[in-house]
Parts: sequence; structure tokens; C-alpha cells
Amino acid sequence: MKNWWKIVGVVIMTYVIFQGFLGVVPRQPILNESIRNVYFHVPLWFAMIILLTTSVIYSVRYLRKGRVDDDTIAVEFANTAIVFGLLGCLTGSIWANFTWGEPWPNDPKLNSVAVGMLMYMAYLILRGSFDDEQRRARISAVYNVFTFAVFIPLIFILPRLTDSLHPGNGGNPGFGKYDMDNAMKWVFRPAVIGFTLLAVWITQLRVRMRRIKLRLEE
Amino acid sequence: MNKAIAGIGGGFFVNGSVPNRRLCRNFTVRSMHQLATLIQKEFRLEWRNRYALNGMLLYIVGAVFVCYLSFGARRGQLTPIVWNTLFWIILLFTAINAIAKSFVQERAGRLLYYYTLASPQQIIISKIVYNIGLMLVIAGLGFGVYALVLGNPVGDVPLYLLCLVLGAVGFAASLTLIAGIAAKAENSATLMAVLSFPVILPMLLMLLRVSKNAMDGLDRSLSLDEIGTLLAIDAIVLALSWLLFPFLWRS
Repeated sequence: MKNWWKIVGVVIMTYVIFQGFLGVVPRQPILNESIRNVYFHVPLWFAMIILLTTSVIYSVRYLRKGRVDDDTIAVEFANTAIVFGLLGCLTGSIWANFTWGEPWPNDPKLNSVAVGMLMYMAYLILRGSFDDEQRRARISAVYNVFTFAVFIPLIFILPRLTDSLHPGNGGNPGFGKYDMDNAMKWVFRPAVIGFTLLAVWITQLRVRMRRIKLRLEE
Repeated sequence: MNKAIAGIGGGFFVNGSVPNRRLCRNFTVRSMHQLATLIQKEFRLEWRNRYALNGMLLYIVGAVFVCYLSFGARRGQLTPIVWNTLFWIILLFTAINAIAKSFVQERAGRLLYYYTLASPQQIIISKIVYNIGLMLVIAGLGFGVYALVLGNPVGDVPLYLLCLVLGAVGFAASLTLIAGIAAKAENSATLMAVLSFPVILPMLLMLLRVSKNAMDGLDRSLSLDEIGTLLAIDAIVLALSWLLFPFLWRS
């Protein structure tokens, strides 16, 4: 069974979706039913960070060994991460609309994330502006590493230094501490794994597509 | 010390009898010497075609004056936040324009020649040092003119100047590598802006915060956190430039 992890992913995602919409959740003031979003919004971001880290690892590998395939994998992981990031923004703004009163409040965490997304869009634009394959791979790998090193302090350190509405920032406790009961944690944790597996699956398909395209061009 | 200096010329060629430590020291002395020469070259190059330097200086003075007139030439009437933000935005755009030319200016053949002479680390360090110098001049002049025409509401001038220095170092370090990246592509001017805005933003926000503190004349201990973060960002960016540039120039 080579593809066992895909089955695991499907099973976990089914479980998470059912639990997410039908499961019992604690009733909290302000949050109310929107606490269910913790199963979707937060794992999306966790998965995105994991994907971006993987992308950087492959970029570094490309720089060390110079195999085009590593670059292909790096760019596809970044692509999937961007999609997950956009979905994370979307679910987050639905949540913010009900708990904070507006879909995009002026908050350091949210703005940092928007800037982070811009950085990765710039990465894609940079890739588009080269014709030569080797050159594109090398230079975008350099930019990918550089961006990641700026991105991590941008979303994890800077928002913590200021006041923020977002849980886990600006002196606020993280979400898990007070709001989630034990039953929720047993949905949330698998959800992180499930979303990551789903992302890896998407990436794998995209990588195969790109490999075929490269082969056809040759 | 004398021995070390004498070593620059001859020591390297002495055969195996030389102890390893001395050899190492000769290497460092030699590479420092090369670095100094490269930095000197950057400054001399700039001095020789002064129109580029003068162009940059005129650019920031012009930008400041445009802002001054656009606000209806009313001195001292901007709120502190507007005053501060406007100044840093002007400085940001000037920095992007000034540093963008650090790799475009030199022809490919000449760059290739440098690469045969020195290591890539030396080249990026020399460019960064040169750009820091350039940014310091531009920021100093910009601040002078800006304070002259739009009034100077800064409460704690030394701290504000420290912000300028930190900003100059940070802008120079991060934009130099990006200029190197952008110079490899075809439409490098657009790419330079697109790539550098998001990367420079965390730094810019920190700078805005510290310089706002300096304007309000708040106690300096309040800004220590931000200054620490700025130094950390500067260090990250410098280390990355050092590590990544060798991969960049090979292509």
C-alpha cells in the first residue's frame, strides 16, 4: 500500500468535516457557534507554514545539488501554500466578521499576513520573468529562502510585540488554553494532519503535471 | 602587526615551513585588504560619474519639495504621524531607486572580471558597505531638507538620527541582494519595486514606530524593544545576503 496516507487523509478530513458541522462544541460568549472555525481556519495556517517550510527545504536542496526537479517541487509547495493561505484569509475574515464586527479589522497579525501573501505573489512574478530554466530556478530559490527568513519574523514575532485582537498575539493567550475543551482538541489535532496530507496530495499531483509538461517541452 | 603587513606580499608563497596559523592570518589580512580595495573601488566609481550621485541627491530634494508644495507650503502644520510617515516613504522610494542601480550600472563583462579576482562574499559586502554609505548621505540630506522646509517637530533628535542610521543599514542590506536578483531579470525596474516592498515592510514599520517615539520625545527605554528587533532584522538580512549571494552570481 503505497498510498495509505491518502486514505488516512480522506478519513481524517471526513471526520473533521462531520465533527466540524455536527459535533458538540462548548458555548462561549461572543464566539458562539463560530468556534467551529477552529477546525478549519487554524489548521489551514498550520498546513501553510508546513508547506512553506518544505518549499524552502527543497529550494536549499536545489541550491546545493542543482537538480531541476527540486525546484519544481519547491515551486509547487509554494503554490499550494499560497492557495491555503488565501483560504485561511477567507475563513479568518468570515470568523472576524462575526466575532470582531468587520471582515478585515486593522490588526497587525492580519496585515502581516497580507504582506506575507504579497511576498509570495512577488515570488511567482519573479519566476515568470525568466526564460532560461536554470537561471529561473536558481534565482527564485535564492528569493524563496530570503522571503521565508523575512516571513517568519513578520508573522510570528512582530504581531506579538503590539496589541492585537488575534489570539496568541499581543499578550493574548493562544486559543487552546481557555476556549477549547478536550473533545475539541481531538478534532483540532487530526485536522492539522488532515489538511497537511490534503495539501501534500494536491502538491504531488501538481508536481507530476509539471514534470510531464517539462518532458513534453523537451 | 608589522609581521602581518609584511605577510601580505610574501608570506603566502613561502612553502610548507610556514605554520598554519600564520597562513590563516595572512588569508584574513589579505581578504580584508581586498575588501577595502573593492569598497574603495565602489566609492571611486561613484565619484567618477558624479551625475548618478547628484541625480540621487536631487531626487530626494525634489521629492521633499514636491511634498512640501503639495501640502500647500504650510510649514509646521502637518500632524506628527503624517510628517513621520511621509518622510519614511520618501526615503523608501529614494532608497529603492538608488540601490537598484548597484548591479545594473556595471556591464556584465566587468562583473565577470571582478568575480575572477575576488570571492562573491567580498563583492556583496563591498556593495552593501558602499550602499550603506550612500544611504547615510541620502538620509542625512533628506532629513535636513525635510526638517528645513516642513518644520522639525522631533523631540529627541539623537534617537531620530539613530533611526536614520538603522534604516540606512537595513535598507542597504536588504535592497542590495534584491537588486542583485532583479538585475538578472529583464524588466528589472518593476521587479525591483515588486520584490522589495513586502520584504522591506517589517523593517519600515519598526522604523516608523521608533522614529515616532523619538518625535514624541518619549523615554528611550520604551524604544529598546523595537531597536532590538530592528538590529535582529538587520542581522538576519546581512547574514542571508552573505550566504545567498554566491548562488546568485554563479548564474
